[in-house]
Amino acid sequence: MLIQLEPRGERSTFWTYGSPLLAIALTLATSAVIFTLLGKSPAIALYTFFIKPLTSPGSLPELLVKASPLVLIGTGLSLGFRANVWNIGAEGQYTMGALAGGGLGLWFYTSTSPFLLPAMIVAGVLGGMAWAAIPAWLRVRFNASEILTSLMLTYVAQLLLLYLVTGPWRDPEGYGFPQSRLFSDAATMPILLEGSRLHLGVALAVVVVLLGWVLLGKSLIGFQLKVVGQAPRAARYAGFSDKGLIWLSLMLGGGLAGAAGLFEVAGPIGQLTPQISPGYGFTAIIVAFLGRLHPVGVLLGGLLLALSYLGGEAAQIDLGLPNAVTGIFQGILLFYLLGADILINYRLRLGSRAAVARDSRPA
Amino acid sequence: MTLSWFVPVFLSMVSASTPLLLAASGELVAEKSGVLNLGIEGMMLVGAIVGFAATVTSGSWMLGILAAGLAGAAMAGIFALLTLILLANQVATGLALAILGTGLSALIGKGFVGMAIKPLPKLDLPILTDVPVIGPILFHQDALVYASFALVAGIGWFLYRTHAGLALRSIGDSHDAAHAIGYPVIAIRFGATLFGGFTSGLAGAYLSLAYTPLWAENMTAGRGWIALALVVFATWRPARLLVGAYLFGGISILQLYVQSLPLAIPSQFLSMLPYLATILVLVIISRDRLRIRLNAPACLGKAFHATG
Amino acid sequence: MEIVTPGDSKGIAAPPLLTLSGITKRFPGCLANDSVDLAILPGETHALLGENGAGKSTLVKIIYGVLQPDAGEIRWQGEPIRISSPNAARRLGIGMVFQHFSLFEALTVAENIALAIDDPVQRRGLRGRIVEVSTAYGLALDPDRAVHDLSVGERQRIEIVRCLLQNPRLLIMDEPTSVLTPQEVSKLFETLRRLAHEGCAILYISHKLEEIKALCERATILRLGRVVAECDPRQESAQRLAELMIGSELKAPTHGRRPPPDAKARLELSSLSLPSDQQFGTDLKDISFTVAGGEILGIGGIAGNGQNELMAALSGEIRVGRADAIRIDGKAVGHLNPGARRALGAAFVPEERNGHGVVGAMSLSENSFLSAHRRRGLVSYGFIAGRRTLGFTQEVIEGFDVRSRGPTAEAHSLSGGNLQKFIVGREILQHPGLLVVAQPTWGVDAGAAAAIHQALLDLAERGSAVVVISQDLDEIFTLCDRIAVIAGGRLSAARPIEAVSVEEIGLLMGGGVGGAAWERNAHPA
Repeated sequence: MLIQLEPRGERSTFWTYGSPLLAIALTLATSAVIFTLLGKSPAIALYTFFIKPLTSPGSLPELLVKASPLVLIGTGLSLGFRANVWNIGAEGQYTMGALAGGGLGLWFYTSTSPFLLPAMIVAGVLGGMAWAAIPAWLRVRFNASEILTSLMLTYVAQLLLLYLVTGPWRDPEGYGFPQSRLFSDAATMPILLEGSRLHLGVALAVVVVLLGWVLLGKSLIGFQLKVVGQAPRAARYAGFSDKGLIWLSLMLGGGLAGAAGLFEVAGPIGQLTPQISPGYGFTAIIVAFLGRLHPVGVLLGGLLLALSYLGGEAAQIDLGLPNAVTGIFQGILLFYLLGADILINYRLRLGSRAAVARDSRPA
Repeated sequence: MTLSWFVPVFLSMVSASTPLLLAASGELVAEKSGVLNLGIEGMMLVGAIVGFAATVTSGSWMLGILAAGLAGAAMAGIFALLTLILLANQVATGLALAILGTGLSALIGKGFVGMAIKPLPKLDLPILTDVPVIGPILFHQDALVYASFALVAGIGWFLYRTHAGLALRSIGDSHDAAHAIGYPVIAIRFGATLFGGFTSGLAGAYLSLAYTPLWAENMTAGRGWIALALVVFATWRPARLLVGAYLFGGISILQLYVQSLPLAIPSQFLSMLPYLATILVLVIISRDRLRIRLNAPACLGKAFHATG
Repeated sequence: MEIVTPGDSKGIAAPPLLTLSGITKRFPGCLANDSVDLAILPGETHALLGENGAGKSTLVKIIYGVLQPDAGEIRWQGEPIRISSPNAARRLGIGMVFQHFSLFEALTVAENIALAIDDPVQRRGLRGRIVEVSTAYGLALDPDRAVHDLSVGERQRIEIVRCLLQNPRLLIMDEPTSVLTPQEVSKLFETLRRLAHEGCAILYISHKLEEIKALCERATILRLGRVVAECDPRQESAQRLAELMIGSELKAPTHGRRPPPDAKARLELSSLSLPSDQQFGTDLKDISFTVAGGEILGIGGIAGNGQNELMAALSGEIRVGRADAIRIDGKAVGHLNPGARRALGAAFVPEERNGHGVVGAMSLSENSFLSAHRRRGLVSYGFIAGRRTLGFTQEVIEGFDVRSRGPTAEAHSLSGGNLQKFIVGREILQHPGLLVVAQPTWGVDAGAAAAIHQALLDLAERGSAVVVISQDLDEIFTLCDRIAVIAGGRLSAARPIEAVSVEEIGLLMGGGVGGAAWERNAHPA
């Protein structure tokens, strides 16, 4: 093998921040190759994908609207991932949040009470939490992998949504389309910027990022999450409750995913339909890793991936590229990111077999 | 009482179980070597579309199946490169593989949506096919069904009767000890991971060539994840995989049959059954921590870097 | 079969089996081997003597092909060679028994041995030959048992049989006795002498002087990666060997104190039983003892006999069913978690440093917060009190002479000795009424070990109860007032240290099973 890995002995600060940038650069290069293979000019395609959505009028608020669910979910997931709690069912928790909060809005669809929306938000958070509570309980009580249970519950949540919007909650005046009534004004997220879709949820997402930052960096709870993830035995030694931290991780992830779901249906979408998410819950996993499991990083990662959604739409309209390109872009980005992380702890060295021995450290 | 209703039910059970069995048996080998690849769903999807596209283009289902397997293995190759060479986190990389596979298969499949092909031909075995009841169930099947049985038997033989299989298990048990003796840990894990990708590709091909001979986005519908749960259910024993896969196949067929009955249960709730059953089974198996610990490969999911 | 004193029959003029000259091996930040010369004659038992960290393990890994030297030459029977892998080493006829056994817990004895045999032809009829060889050398083994069912001594037998099946010319034993009972040690020596008599050279790595004097006819002594002496250990005094190995004379801890006779019990265990939650763990059975203020109790025993479980039960990492099975200062704590026990004045030093006592990738500051945040008040309103944490960290670093880049240094960047001083200091500066410490000086350099011992004695002097769980009997004998031995999850009655003999302890360590006494105190036959 020509490339050898040499342990640095300490984490490289440069590559902690540099590896996401390297991953983005490599992803762009790979995307260019894919565009070429699809018969498009890579320059035009990259421009359409990544620059145009930022420069066209009114696009910036739209970027924030797309980013806010990713950032909300990503922040919750990153705190859980820190503790090695692999909640990958955020998509289901998002759906349940939308159902719980949205259901409240439909139940009181004639209400004009100013308390309706806050109640819906609370219901959304609780809905997400309740859905995440199942994997939490199954993990703590029965040792069942939260990876598989939370994911299975995503399918269940989506089927439940489908049942409700095609059945009991279908709009009676909707010509049989599988969708609910539109929410009343009292059940809709207030718009922050006239003429755009920028809603209150975007501002709340920023607040959540700041709270997450303080929680992770300065609080005892954040410290506990980090310790239990890096060294579970040290956490037990220090007297931190691993079961409590599993619960906390899933409640944070589920609650924020539920809030994101409610913000989407009570905001930009305005009703319940079978397509309330373009996979935000899964994309948020990428956002969490891209952001180095740090709330501020998640904010930046969320913006980048929101751009990939907008770019994907633009590329579909302007260039006739399939929407799937967005998913590929996201997948490749995550791959490069995971691969580039090696540079944080190891040095790459070009060399012959003789160099292998030098790579090893005393046991 | 007549057995005439039984044969078609059982036949559809076989076809619901086969993709699970194919995917889970390869994953079992990978996990026995200590590699936890969560990306089965992505590898299956890529296998499904590549197999479908190759069959449509070449007109040969054999080429299609081969291409599907190789496509799955190629996906697994990316995973292996990242986790085994670049020491990336296996859980995160597996998730990335699932996400990438979903996007990639949708992109490749763009031009194949709505096309239909003839399902995989059934291959009869002389004499055996004519045995009543058992004959049509077991010996009037397509190549991939036979392959799934052969795979389970072959894996059982390989893991527990050959030296190479022993070496593979030893690496899953303690990669440091295996390395100290001189076994090439990374190379063997790489091979096991590729094998897991190959069978996942075959599982995908079964879906797009035999189960429903067409291509649709996300047509695996979570079967890759169910296959992962099956490996836990089987406590890493090949023979129990067979039981598990057919149990799950049975449940998914059951819900299809119940849906055809004039009952007031909405179809969505019946469609939830396989997912809920997966959770239930995981809980039942996992609650016995000791049993999981005694059977799970001790190094499952752990990164290995030779430190001399 | 007669046992011949090794070495007598071999001529010095025989050409060396293995010659190392000028072997140098560098790791990032340390020179593990610095131009090492070593020659092993056919059939001799050659000791490689040195402290932890002297470079012994690196050197044998080079011989066994696990590592490649940066410089230097290896000759096998006079021919220059490169040993590229353990497979290559085995083909030459080099076998190795590792200090930490390279065994597979989930596999059977026969499977474990088969894995080390490269030639498929030789693997046929293996079970029969395992039984044959193990009986011939008095190393009884059942080929079909799973390794996780076996004792440490039995596991070592697997390793030895595994080597013997390949008719080795050179057998490397890396610290083989560190995990054995005295009785098992003398059995092992019988086997090794017999092997040497049959012409197999043995490279015996150890830092135990008495063993080397009893077994080896030549010794190469390493210090800080360099050969400092070569001698006939039978002709040297243990004192002289120790000086060569350590370099300077050591200050023994001032152990002239006696615990006050009327001191109150600070830790009481009554009939503690606890099933292990580990896959291959040991259940604790009916353990009772008390430790008074000002007293140091030593718990000896072979690794894997319940020490980890006992530590976890004492620290609260595993909760005990019955609350009053453990009392701290009279209060029942069996049901309390480690945090609540710390609040009552208990502190703990676990055996594993990285990943248990500290989080390797976190700073010393964060690591002092880890266990001290309750008793030192480092939390305010749910947030980390940064300045107070820093102050406490400085206090530990200065008070215990922790050599590091300061409070921001990551824990894994410290040497073993400094990290252990940090952990012990962090616990002691919480002014505990009870300190439980496991393997306080494992893998620690002599200077740090002496400092840690002194700190433990001082703590007891101030009226705290101290429990030392250690496999190192010498350590227990220098530190403790009383000793109890754990074997198979049962703890013997604690006895005053001056009233016990090494043979008694040895018998207890083996679970009370009879056998030959330990070499160094052997009765005349």
